[in-house]
Amino acid sequence: MKLIIEILRQRDSASEPYRQKISYEAPPEDTVATLLSKLNREQELTDMTGKPVGRIEWQCSCLQKKCGSCAMRVNGVPRLACDTKLSECKSGKLLLEPLRKFPTVCDLVVDRSVMMTHLLSIHNWLEQSAHHTGKALELCYDASRCLQCGCCLEVCPNFFAEGDFYGAAAFVPASRVLSQLRREQPQDLSEFYRRNVYNGCGKSLSCRDICPAGIDIEQKLATSNAVAVWKRYFKK
Amino acid sequence: MSITIIGAGLAGLSAALTLAEQGFASNLVSAQASERAQSVMAEGGINACLNTMDEDDTVENHFEDTMRGGVYLADPNAVQGLCTHAPEIVRKFYALGVPFPTNENGIIQRNFGGQKKKRTAFVKSSTGKMLMTALIDEVRKYEAKGLVTRYPHHRLVSLAIHENKCSGAVIIDTYSRQRTVLSGGVILASGGMSGLFDGLTTGTTQNTAETAALCLEQGVALANLEFIQYHPTTIGISGKRLLISEAARGEGGRLFVRRNGTPWYFMEEKYPELKNLMPRDVVSAEMVTVTAMSDCEKQVYLDMTGIDKTVWKSRLSDLREQCIHYLDIDPVKQPIPVSPGIHYFMGGIWVDEQHRTSAKYLYAAGEGACQYHGANRLGGNSLLGAVYGGQTAARTVISEMNPSLRATDDDVAYTEVSPRFRAAVSAVLGKYLKILREETELREAIRVLQELQPQNDAEERLLRLAEATAKSALFRTESRGAHRRTDYPETDASWQQQTVVILRDNELCITRRKLPERRTS
Repeated sequence: MKLIIEILRQRDSASEPYRQKISYEAPPEDTVATLLSKLNREQELTDMTGKPVGRIEWQCSCLQKKCGSCAMRVNGVPRLACDTKLSECKSGKLLLEPLRKFPTVCDLVVDRSVMMTHLLSIHNWLEQSAHHTGKALELCYDASRCLQCGCCLEVCPNFFAEGDFYGAAAFVPASRVLSQLRREQPQDLSEFYRRNVYNGCGKSLSCRDICPAGIDIEQKLATSNAVAVWKRYFKK
Repeated sequence: MSITIIGAGLAGLSAALTLAEQGFASNLVSAQASERAQSVMAEGGINACLNTMDEDDTVENHFEDTMRGGVYLADPNAVQGLCTHAPEIVRKFYALGVPFPTNENGIIQRNFGGQKKKRTAFVKSSTGKMLMTALIDEVRKYEAKGLVTRYPHHRLVSLAIHENKCSGAVIIDTYSRQRTVLSGGVILASGGMSGLFDGLTTGTTQNTAETAALCLEQGVALANLEFIQYHPTTIGISGKRLLISEAARGEGGRLFVRRNGTPWYFMEEKYPELKNLMPRDVVSAEMVTVTAMSDCEKQVYLDMTGIDKTVWKSRLSDLREQCIHYLDIDPVKQPIPVSPGIHYFMGGIWVDEQHRTSAKYLYAAGEGACQYHGANRLGGNSLLGAVYGGQTAARTVISEMNPSLRATDDDVAYTEVSPRFRAAVSAVLGKYLKILREETELREAIRVLQELQPQNDAEERLLRLAEATAKSALFRTESRGAHRRTDYPETDASWQQQTVVILRDNELCITRRKLPERRTS
């Protein structure tokens, strides 16, 4: 299919971003990730004004929506490039931009390390051995699938990289740990959770249908609230 | 002084945790976050003799299956350690919160290829991701204590090796381009060599093979590069091969090809004991054989339609979703077309039983190291090998700690392999390093590789590694495990040795190396 690809590019964090349009023919079954790989393998690709395109910087790893690396804005929506087929782009116009909630490093690469900093600051780990319960088994599995891709934060009206609210990228992993605590062994995470999630969440649930892994985010929020705020621990 | 770990997947994290638990600090260097490591893609499970399935499993059974599966090309003492420590490793992950399903005896285990007992602990078809999530959280605890210092978005520039002694590593921040020199012992845990077969493997694009290429250039020995595992059940999707986990067959999936129009369950007929669960090298080679027969169709199918509903729900729901998403086929109702694809590199950086490389104070673990799997890896042993290898490397580092090591920046320019050059190398290796190989084709591969024009140091290194791989395959004049030569179809007892490649005076030097004898005590 014939595509007009518009990419928001930026040479480095200090440079001004600019838009570049490329006209390109690609099979509709290709994903955006495959398209970017192909563009980068072209020897003398030029944009629609005739300027050389050069290497387009972007991140990827697994290419099958298991690692979250290739998250970007595709036609305005945060998605994984490897999970977005060109055939979805009916108009033939494809707009690729870096996620906006994180500092841009270059082109489509953003620095998402704030998510890891947040998990560190809320003490997202088990101080004691996990307390496994049949009831929480599926929940732990689902929460453990979080890719840390950042799509949920991109759409959240309450999340800002410098803010005190850490969003679903924190409360989903936290729900795994919280569901494995015993009443007699509470830990710091509960307190930090109240400070950095419970108090800041506007319950807009804009994160609900955005997770590329399809994690039931509402359930994780409800569970985390139940344990950390209302002290309703899993018993069996 | 800190130990530097290159790679923050399962092996790297395992090494960092082992060091931290004993009070030793480490630098954890990775190009991307741990969540992006290939370890998260491991699906079917992790092997350990937990004996929870009333099958009288023993550590010795696990040892025998691993050695036989690897066609006796693994270090028996290393494998002994691996199998002996496997149960405590799996129990530790359970304590760290991995939601393994349990029965009245403990953690439930499933059948897996090449193993006669149910020995594979699992969480659906997402075991690697589950282990990684738990381990990332556990290592985070030590990050907070200052015992693990992460260097995210950093890549290895060079190893400070002089007179075969490694005193540290030079790394570069890919965001700021700032270089950092880290002194002390180094553990390499940066994964397998998918980067030699771009777009042709089930692995990640981040397993660039550049660490192995750097090792080769810096005089560190590599081994068994010719042993490349083709997993029997993969499918081509946009930009790569997608793995259909061995769990599909572990839970009852059957392979067939249409012969004269009717399904022929060839594995069941040819291998009545293990049937569809023969080791991967055997299954993949059989798939090539049957699809070449004149009365058979060219496509093999994986038939999972006989699997029980409850098994689908509790053990394979993620695998089912994957088939529907990528193939638009519901495997509950319809067989899926599969073919072999590159999945794992048994060879890599040569290490001894304690995970020492050929250079002093340099260690390697995980898929990047040549250990445990011999000529063919059993499913479920890679996660185990990564964890145990990381632990072992860390323990060895501690026992050989040398605070006097000082590295300096050799000011070697940092270069990267261009996507075009990688694609060119991959096209050659993908064409000639197939499941079945022979001399003329391997010589042709070497010839074509030698015609490629590298534009910088990184490309030159990658090309040399590619050449070393093709030359190793040419050097081994026998068939064993994943290395099958049509011109040397038999397994030759005199070849029960490792292929070792090292760069001497700018020439690739390939030799054989004897394996240690199994210790009796």
